[in-house]
Amino acid sequence: MKKTAIILATGAALFAGSTIAAENPIAARKAVMQNVVQATKMGGAMLKGKMDYSPAAGQLVLRVMNQASLSYSTLFPKGSEAGMETTASPKIWSDMGGFDAALVKFQADTSAGFVKPEELEFFDKEAFGVAFGKAAANCKACHQEYRVKKN
Amino acid sequence: MLKKLAIISVVLGVVVAGFLWFLSAPSVLEAERVAKLPDGDVANGEIMFWTGGCASCHAAPKSKDEAKLQLVGGLEFKTPFGTFLAPNISPDETNGIGSWSKGDFANAMLKGVSPNGSHYFPAFPYTSYARMTDKDVMDLWAFMKTLPKSSNKVAEHDVPFPFNIRRAQGLWKFLFFKPEPVMTIANASPEVLRGQYLVDGPGHCSECHTPRNLIGGYDYSRWLAGGPSPEGDEFIPNITPHKTGIGEWEVSDIAYALESGFTPSFDSFGSSMVDVQENMARIPASDRAAIAAYLKAIPAIKTIKKKKK
Repeated sequence: MKKTAIILATGAALFAGSTIAAENPIAARKAVMQNVVQATKMGGAMLKGKMDYSPAAGQLVLRVMNQASLSYSTLFPKGSEAGMETTASPKIWSDMGGFDAALVKFQADTSAGFVKPEELEFFDKEAFGVAFGKAAANCKACHQEYRVKKN
Repeated sequence: MLKKLAIISVVLGVVVAGFLWFLSAPSVLEAERVAKLPDGDVANGEIMFWTGGCASCHAAPKSKDEAKLQLVGGLEFKTPFGTFLAPNISPDETNGIGSWSKGDFANAMLKGVSPNGSHYFPAFPYTSYARMTDKDVMDLWAFMKTLPKSSNKVAEHDVPFPFNIRRAQGLWKFLFFKPEPVMTIANASPEVLRGQYLVDGPGHCSECHTPRNLIGGYDYSRWLAGGPSPEGDEFIPNITPHKTGIGEWEVSDIAYALESGFTPSFDSFGSSMVDVQENMARIPASDRAAIAAYLKAIPAIKTIKKKKK
């Protein structure tokens, strides 16, 4: 019951994000990244023992990160370079190929940790730790090149 | 009357010029101190190398892992005073610094003076490295001599007149070069003192995190309180313990962030800080803890931000 609720809530949140995308890509991409932040926070808390680990929660963390990577670059259309205190670096537009490549890598590094439903019970904290580490390495790499915190 | 005025102004001009010439003279380490420079321990030198972040400026841009040990130079720093290029500091005798003596390296790091006696531009943060001990500098030198040689030839700095007058750096140094400890922390534990040494010395954190005035001098009253980047329109964070800085972080959060790149809210470091963090991840955990302890002990200063655009 609890698992279903989590899945439904996540799905609703992700769907809600996509309807504001067209009108306001900056707001949408901030919301997407906040989802990633919360997922990362939960993943970190589980690994540090501050939150109970479960294989389903571990998989969901990876799924949220993976979801974010899938259409993230569509949230950076021309004309959205400034406004709403966006921290998107101009390099995203001058190097869209590189930005896309980074997202493809993030997608691959997160989906690498997915397991089939029948294998879920074997996805223990250690396995999650490995998968999470691989996925989380993308955070810094992307932010190093494509995020600029101004003001 | 006019003639007298003319003569007086010329004489005054000569006196002032002479005075400025005197004030801007490069000062080097005393001969006895150079004679006593120890031979250097490579293992500690490696710790100094990562703390000092040498690879981040002197290796080729975007180097990772082993490539960080090839100090080929060439990275550009676009500042309001022109574009500086990091030199090749590999132990190559012709295009690097392999032919330097211990005294040459010590003068570069501790006095900001080159082997031919001219001032370095403070794009090279000797202003922080000057707070290092002779031993740590020599340990670093010993380590650097074990690194691979590179024959890469780096172009001269692209800095316009009048900023390219090296002698003038002497006046800048007179105003802003203060290698003494910036502050005394009351009841400082050995850990806090170690943190202070690492942050204000080899770590050279203040070079980015302390705001500067129009001529690139440090605002010592806002130590580590962040400000606009000298290199673009980024804002460099306030790392003092104010709530607009990192006051809400625990000591363990700071140490963990330096180790992993993740903040307590699981945002990740970005931009230039990624490189710094990857260096900090390589130093002993006790040193990261010391850095964290110092950052909780310095005065809490409120962030001053620019007007929103």
